[in-house]
Amino acid sequence: MLYRENGQFKTSYTADQQIFPILQDRVAIGALLAIAFVIVPVFGSEYIFRAILIPFLILALAALGLNILVGYCGQISLGTGAFMAVGAYGAYNFLVRIDGMPLIGAMLLGGLCATVIGVLFGIPSLRIKGLYLAVATLAAQFFTDWAFLRIGWFTNNSSSGSVSVAGLNVFGLPIESPVAKYLFCLSVVCVFALMAKNLTRSAIGRQWMAIRDMDVAAAVIGIRPMYAKLTAFAVSSFIVGVAGVLWAFVHLGAWEPAAFSIDRSFQLLFMVIIGGLGSIMGAFFGAAFLIVLPILLDQVPHWFGIPLSTATTSHLVHMIFGALIVFFLIVEPHGLAKLWSIGKQKLRLWPFPH
Amino acid sequence: MKMNDMAAAGPAVAAGGRQIGEVVLDLQNISLRFGGVKALTDISFDVREHEIRSIIGPNGAGKSSMLNVINGVYHPQEGRILFRGEERRRMEPHMAATQGIARTFQNIALFKGMSVLDNIMTGRNLKMKCNLLQMALYWGAVQKEEIAHREKVEEIIDFLEIQSVRRTPVGQLPYGLQKRVELGRALAAEPTMLLLDEPMAGMNVEEKQDMCRFILDVNDQFGTTIVLIEHDMGVVMDISDRVVVLDYGKKIGDGAPDEVRNNEDVIRAYLGTSH
Repeated sequence: MLYRENGQFKTSYTADQQIFPILQDRVAIGALLAIAFVIVPVFGSEYIFRAILIPFLILALAALGLNILVGYCGQISLGTGAFMAVGAYGAYNFLVRIDGMPLIGAMLLGGLCATVIGVLFGIPSLRIKGLYLAVATLAAQFFTDWAFLRIGWFTNNSSSGSVSVAGLNVFGLPIESPVAKYLFCLSVVCVFALMAKNLTRSAIGRQWMAIRDMDVAAAVIGIRPMYAKLTAFAVSSFIVGVAGVLWAFVHLGAWEPAAFSIDRSFQLLFMVIIGGLGSIMGAFFGAAFLIVLPILLDQVPHWFGIPLSTATTSHLVHMIFGALIVFFLIVEPHGLAKLWSIGKQKLRLWPFPH
Repeated sequence: MKMNDMAAAGPAVAAGGRQIGEVVLDLQNISLRFGGVKALTDISFDVREHEIRSIIGPNGAGKSSMLNVINGVYHPQEGRILFRGEERRRMEPHMAATQGIARTFQNIALFKGMSVLDNIMTGRNLKMKCNLLQMALYWGAVQKEEIAHREKVEEIIDFLEIQSVRRTPVGQLPYGLQKRVELGRALAAEPTMLLLDEPMAGMNVEEKQDMCRFILDVNDQFGTTIVLIEHDMGVVMDISDRVVVLDYGKKIGDGAPDEVRNNEDVIRAYLGTSH
């Protein structure tokens, strides 16, 4: 079936404003969801779930949250790891301190903790922009690193500084096996991706983008910069916080503050930039690129039976991966999502030149 | 001064038969300084309902600063501003917007990453009442609201004849169309007063004619009061009801186009004097 939209006339604004106005897109996304929810759980191996799919989904969710702040509202943040940590430790405290706290409840409350801290560290954005703001959000990173390491109350006075959760379940279903963990993460990611998309295509999304593109003009047409920026921080850090809960509870199981170090913040920022600023899809592309590609590159020598030592392979992976980042940024500075949409534009005419 | 007496005269009927109403915006002795630089010195003038009021003057005369004072981007150190009889204290730009003042900018200030449709939709944000949670679910009320506003926006798109580019990111549009989209974004707020900062700068004759037609239509059909900054004297003299002339931050003339044209101070400011 060719990718054509001829003949798909819209007769109402409802039809025109849906997320995927083109029939082929709707079919493709439906097929993708069917594969992700039905076929992958049946055929996936434990390794694929543990090492690739679960980290991919969770970090894609975190990148999605960060993209709302950086890509849609134009406020650079280097505190993403901190907001993930706040979500994780917040949810942990709700879980251990309140009897019978369900996992979803703890997860959402953890997200709310991250929201509060996110808004708090977002206040400087009312005065400063760009790189200066990035440095200000860096403070969040150092502060949480310190707080979760030194203040015993947060870790329930754990002697090793490491905390763990066990026996997770949702509505009585245990989240123990890799498949169950995968499906849980996938569901959460789908729900949040849909809500994020809805936000970005409604009034608040336009306010964020207006602030990003031209803040004086935005103020003049009646957008309150404070409200727009702080809601972006709030929504972004809520999603990032939930991703932090998933990362700690579902992916790691037991963790210490180092799991949410500055490296994590940078990794997520790179995902957003490489995937595409201001695109929901971009977060997924970015996460796939940064997580799946190194693993694939690692496997390539084995497929061709090239005898390379593990150390050499890992050095090569780093070099090739770095080169690919540079290559993609030169080819398309607006990220993989832009490349994807250019590809779709070309496909509308293919195989004809115009 | 003779011109001020003229400005204070009672309601008049403009050429097109529009009824010029009461004074809606009264600026009294406005002075604005940036450090030691005096941008505006002791300027007073008023704007009446439904009229087209132009502000002219050589470069650096303080015209754009004047508009920025009116919609709250700059705060004058001295003077009073009365809008619909109410004195305004320390106001922010979004408050001007809630009072029904919209504007366009001298250097196009569109949201470059967004489509024409989204840009104009953004102009309606003050009329959108749904909360964050409803928007996240995009169900019922939000969808109805989006569609109701989309219909209004499509009316503006029709009015400005930009149907064919509604999905195009504004950054890709030619200059003349961008100016038109910016007018559309201002109109989307259904303002009672529209501040236009050089809407015809850098346009060719046809584009200027189109823009003049849109401005006159807005004024005529919606009864919008228009405050216009423009350098093209032909346009200013043709479409304005009254003109204010600024030079070096001071008011040197005020009145109907014909009077301003013959004002000696104005001629001196524009053409210089023989010594």
